[in-house]
Amino acid sequence: MLIKKPADIRYSEVTPKHVYLNRRSFLAGIPAAFLGARELLAGAKLANVGKSKLSIDEKQNTYKDVSTYNNYYEFGTQKEEPSQNSQKFKTSPWTVSVEGHVAKPRKFSLEEIMAVAPLEERIYRHRCVERWSIVVPWVGYSLSELLKKVEPTSKATFVAFETYWDLKQMPLATPERAGIPLPYVEGLRMDEAMHPLTMLSVGMFGETLPPQDGAPVRLTVPWKYGFKSIKSIVKIKLVGSMPPATWNITNAHEYGFYSNVNPTVDHPRWSQSKERRLGEFRERPTVIFNGYGDQVASLYAGMDLKKYY
Amino acid sequence: MPRKPWTRVTWFKAAVWLLSLSPVFWLAWRAWNQDLTANPIEYITHFTGDWTIRFVVFTLAVTPLRKLLKQPDLIKFRRLIGLFAFFYGTLHFLTWFAVDKFFDVHEILADFVKRRFITMGLIAFLSLIPLAVTSTKGWIRRMGGKRWQKLHRLIYVTGIAAVIHYYWLVKSDIRLPLLYATLIGLLLGYRVIVYSRTFSASSLKNPR
Repeated sequence: MLIKKPADIRYSEVTPKHVYLNRRSFLAGIPAAFLGARELLAGAKLANVGKSKLSIDEKQNTYKDVSTYNNYYEFGTQKEEPSQNSQKFKTSPWTVSVEGHVAKPRKFSLEEIMAVAPLEERIYRHRCVERWSIVVPWVGYSLSELLKKVEPTSKATFVAFETYWDLKQMPLATPERAGIPLPYVEGLRMDEAMHPLTMLSVGMFGETLPPQDGAPVRLTVPWKYGFKSIKSIVKIKLVGSMPPATWNITNAHEYGFYSNVNPTVDHPRWSQSKERRLGEFRERPTVIFNGYGDQVASLYAGMDLKKYY
Repeated sequence: MPRKPWTRVTWFKAAVWLLSLSPVFWLAWRAWNQDLTANPIEYITHFTGDWTIRFVVFTLAVTPLRKLLKQPDLIKFRRLIGLFAFFYGTLHFLTWFAVDKFFDVHEILADFVKRRFITMGLIAFLSLIPLAVTSTKGWIRRMGGKRWQKLHRLIYVTGIAAVIHYYWLVKSDIRLPLLYATLIGLLLGYRVIVYSRTFSASSLKNPR
């Protein structure tokens, strides 16, 4: 019997030389193709992501930990609910309005947000007010890069942030169900917002954010409790006085405006001296400013951190 | 020795046993599949806590149900269901004490003093212990029915303390604590009504 020898690889299957030689720019063009098609899907690979000196050298949590254990009350108040209920969340088209005390207020499309500054990966600790913590490789850049684009005026002393809120896309997001007023709002002092560690994140683990982690764009403030790192941002307003913050409005006694990670200031209902890093059995001691004291302690020089918790 | 034939009650008891243990099987199954969420200790704590308060509700529901459904035989299951409330309460307590806090007596004591939801949880758990201990026929005989019954009203304290414990624990979504507050409120309210009726009835019979 004659067994036909398979043909060698046909030339049509071979990558043309000019493409081969330009393979890096070809790969870099893939997210641009997504952007052009306004199809920036969750979990799409991000290209040209640089490294950052701000990264810490600690064992990262798994993608599964970070994407199935979430607090995002618009999609349910139990930890696993956001990952189950948010998968149809449409994040494109998306615009972020940057306004208030700025010389050049404007709206940014997500494509523009992605292009404000080179994307870099930063491995940060993330400490929740509920005594658990994770280590996440975020992708983004310093929020200051975006703020500089709109040229804040001298009247801007605080920055107010607002999360997307739409009952059609988030049917569970009624204030009664979530137990918090909505839309979710947060705020930072101007110097906190301009601090290089304060990050505007568009991805994690080298990919665009999944909805439950705050797609398509969120804040990451690693020295504060997790709820300060507001998700799915639609509005950034530079203001002249301390803006409202959702958990602070809900229960000012338990959640302060600053909410810096601090093992010596207990939550009224539980101690903050320790935390459980997800994946670890024993609790580990919590460190002041979540271990970022060298970089941020000077922001609070002379402030009574027990009073301004 | 000849065995007693299985009566309907025995079959029902076996079914209650199996049903009551099914949450443990479910938990074991999820553990086997490494499916206890990213924070297994928290998951187990909440899971056992949920089942404790459910069994407290089931226990409190037996007496009203046997009257309302005219099924006096239901009383034969009350001890079993009550003991399962204690079983899940013990698992809940041990998860916190031995696994979460890892016998850290210093922090545990600090929690008792400073954290009111923990104090309330402890009250709920401690109130179940004398009930579990005196649940045998021997103890009913030794104590005498009246005194035994009085002691076992401690379950009312358990129910109220468990609800407050849950309510103080949640961050903002109070729907489930309110559900249990309503259920336990109804079950205790039923007893208040029955008690006040018999009281007024007896005072009518024996006018002073």
